[in-house]
Amino acid sequence: MHEHSVAQITRGLREHLFSSVELTTALLARIDDLDSRYNSFVTVDADAALAQARAADALLAAGDAPPLTGVPIAHKDIFCTRGMRTSCASRMLDNFVPPYDASVVQRLRDAGTVTIGKTNMDEFAMGSSNETSLYGAARNPWDTDRVPGGSSGGSAAAVAARLVPAATGTDTGGSIRQPAAFCGITGLKPTYGRVSRLGMIAFASSLDQGGPIARSAEDCALLLGAMAGHDPRDSTSSERPVDDYLVALEDSLKGLRIGLPREYFGDGLDAATGAAVMAAIRLLEDCGASLVDISLPTSELTVPAYYVIAPAEASTNLARFDGVRYGYRCKDPQNLYDLYTRTREEGFGDEVKTRILIGTYALSAGYYDAYYKKAQQVRRLIAEDFSRCFDSVDVIAGPTTPGPAFALGAKSDDPVSMYLEDVYTLAANLAGLPALSVPAGLTGGCPVGLQLIGRHFDEARLLNVGHQYQCVSDWHLRAPEALTGGQP
Amino acid sequence: MAWETVIGLEVHLQLATRSKIFSGSPTAFGAEPNTQASAVDLAMPGMLPVLNAQVVHYAVKFGLGIGAEIAKRSVFDRKNYFYPDLPKGYQISQFDAPIVGRGDFEITLADGSTRSIGITRAHLEEDAGKSLHEDFHGMSGIDLNRAGTPLLEIVSEPDIRNAEEAVAYLKALHSLVTYLDISDGNMAEGSMRCDINLSLRPHGSEELGTRTEIKNVNSFRFVEKAIQCEFERQAEILEEGGRIVQETRLYDPERNETRPMRSKEVANDYRYFPEPDLLPVVIDEAFISAVQAELPELPGAKRLRFTEQYGLSTYDAGVLADDRRLADYFEQVTARCGDAKIAANWVQVELLGLLNRSDTSIASSPVSAEHLGDLIARILDESISGKIAKQVFEAMWQGEGSADEIIAAKGLKQVSDSGALEAMVAEIIASHPEQVQQYRDADEGRRKKLLGFFVGQIMKLSKGQANPQVVNSLLTKHLE
Repeated sequence: MHEHSVAQITRGLREHLFSSVELTTALLARIDDLDSRYNSFVTVDADAALAQARAADALLAAGDAPPLTGVPIAHKDIFCTRGMRTSCASRMLDNFVPPYDASVVQRLRDAGTVTIGKTNMDEFAMGSSNETSLYGAARNPWDTDRVPGGSSGGSAAAVAARLVPAATGTDTGGSIRQPAAFCGITGLKPTYGRVSRLGMIAFASSLDQGGPIARSAEDCALLLGAMAGHDPRDSTSSERPVDDYLVALEDSLKGLRIGLPREYFGDGLDAATGAAVMAAIRLLEDCGASLVDISLPTSELTVPAYYVIAPAEASTNLARFDGVRYGYRCKDPQNLYDLYTRTREEGFGDEVKTRILIGTYALSAGYYDAYYKKAQQVRRLIAEDFSRCFDSVDVIAGPTTPGPAFALGAKSDDPVSMYLEDVYTLAANLAGLPALSVPAGLTGGCPVGLQLIGRHFDEARLLNVGHQYQCVSDWHLRAPEALTGGQP
Repeated sequence: MAWETVIGLEVHLQLATRSKIFSGSPTAFGAEPNTQASAVDLAMPGMLPVLNAQVVHYAVKFGLGIGAEIAKRSVFDRKNYFYPDLPKGYQISQFDAPIVGRGDFEITLADGSTRSIGITRAHLEEDAGKSLHEDFHGMSGIDLNRAGTPLLEIVSEPDIRNAEEAVAYLKALHSLVTYLDISDGNMAEGSMRCDINLSLRPHGSEELGTRTEIKNVNSFRFVEKAIQCEFERQAEILEEGGRIVQETRLYDPERNETRPMRSKEVANDYRYFPEPDLLPVVIDEAFISAVQAELPELPGAKRLRFTEQYGLSTYDAGVLADDRRLADYFEQVTARCGDAKIAANWVQVELLGLLNRSDTSIASSPVSAEHLGDLIARILDESISGKIAKQVFEAMWQGEGSADEIIAAKGLKQVSDSGALEAMVAEIIASHPEQVQQYRDADEGRRKKLLGFFVGQIMKLSKGQANPQVVNSLLTKHLE
């Protein structure tokens, strides 16, 4: 049952082939059995999940149930869940139980999903390997000595290990797409403003975007349909109507123009990864798409621009964690200064502190123009680069990451090489564009991701291309060896 | 040396919206601590601000009220600093692109002269909460009811030259914002707070001296005193050849002195940057015109109209036009009784006298404009004398009813009937033969004085109800 996709589950439940309670029970048992290997969950609430599953079964029996009724999912531990601890994998929020649901959580509840629990992540979503989590690193189901990617590493590992059919993630610089690529699954970062950020604990407000992580583009379409839409409580959420993502899945790729940015296939790209990605792109060509050579000359500026803007916003977003109202508070503060400094020193991990310091520096008087303002100018150039390219192509394709998942600990002492992991994913965040990663092969037994970047609010097209690719390939159906007894 | 004082004021005006600037929490004053703070106000994780449209409306109204430039696009910024009553660790304010730009504001001084004070800008921001340092056994309490209350910070040019001008500026501002109905202007509740930037320079010098900033002064009187103290302090330092340190100071009304704030209370680098959780505020010409159309007649225009339409003195027009409710009251009284000058006199002397003595605002005056108008009408139609009218007014104040009801109930109607009065005149003349003889022996000038004595006796006899004009003519006739 754990192999079922979201689409299969919704059909199976409606045809009463199995119940939500049966499915939920099976998945909970599986998490119990297997997750000590992956450390993908930080909180599992079996009682609450089963209660929701029972309610879902009652609704399904009565008919007229919302589309995702009874589908068990997990939420990244950055989304606030009413009555369930929401930690951001940080000591700072280790004891924090929100009295409210994030909009994404609420919408998915309204659509009928069953919340199994909360998934591991890099602390406050700052990291590309899940190693900065307070609760220890999540592990890659394809090779538990390797990272699952980050920051939504727990969600990706849980979906890849067939512990849940789908999970939510957030993507500030690649945090959905990179772990999806590393774990051989499908992840979508929607257009900035497509999914409400309310109740999603902020890392970098102008870049953060929640999205689905699942095993196929079709499943991502099902989830996104429920997650997307205007939220009057998030001023940056778009009022644009939500497309019917499912209908668009079946569109033909004939006439589709796919742009291949030369900068995405140059130095720094692992040869086998590049070859797998090119093979996937050829397959799209076989489906009727045409390939166009394009250039994104600002590509080399994305890492520096991102690593000024994201820490700058983070440095002030994380100022509210001061030990005054909720979360961690140091023992026996002697005075206000002591309360602030020890609470934050003890409550935040090293990577978070590094970024707060970088961001504070970049916004300081005398440095603002040279760093933050310059980075915002660069950001505008990057966005212009893309809009120019989208005059002549419909979708941009390339690798999601420079190579497959790396070994645990391999980059944890080298922040710059860690930051370079995000070289292909950051641009979509800086330009606010939607981007999808789909599994496109294996190298050395580890998955490779194909990234598709679309125009603003063109999620339907990305999911369509991803789905059509998955109709002619089977990478997305492969499970890690450990789960299949050596038969990938 | 003769020093010239150079003052610029920053006024934090609380806008009278029902809910906060970025959340739906109510803004009512005086609630139990932390009962008016939502998850947004508490800066709970994942919470986001949403701009209250009414706040933009009020800011634009203010800008149009002083003829300032209105920014078609303004931007919110984060002002970063740590303090327990600032839950997010930053205040959402406007730095580079405020909603209201340059404007000018005319003030009238006591001698009737006017001056124009430049307004540099006015921008929107949220208020912080309050730290409570008493009753917590060496710890501090935090009340976040005020956190997120909308403020308009109005920054003046350094155009103010002394305490009198500063107070006149603040009073005029107070009058304007209450006219516009964008703030209750209640200084005691902190709806209008003032920071004073003050420096000295030798008379005739063009260069500005080093300034100090006196934070959070919250009454007209304290503004006046703080300016005086700070002037004396700076003058003394300069006279002795010293230098002014640019710093933030506090005014202590109990000791009547200013003193520097502890350095920790003064953040140095606020790391302003555009607030990514809010979109820029974009307004169009149509919105501005709609707000323009709803502007009421403003104090200056009303003052002028009162002198022209009602023939009031500049002073009387000033007193009445200063407060929109008082002006409306005056015009209602006038409409009711038909005599603006008597109405102005009654409103200023009797009504304001009682209101001030009982610390009551015009809005909650126990005497309505209709009742006062009717009372004046009874004077004009000679039903009662001015003196009796004051007695009736006192009764009205106590809630005893309308003028006619009180006059009837107390039997205060003026006696003009010459038959009844003639009997009284005869009685008084008969009982005061000595004074009658004096009158008859006196010359014209002295007679007038003596006549007053007889009038007084008759008023006493009639309990004030005798019509003085009728009494006068009867007495003159009978004393001859």
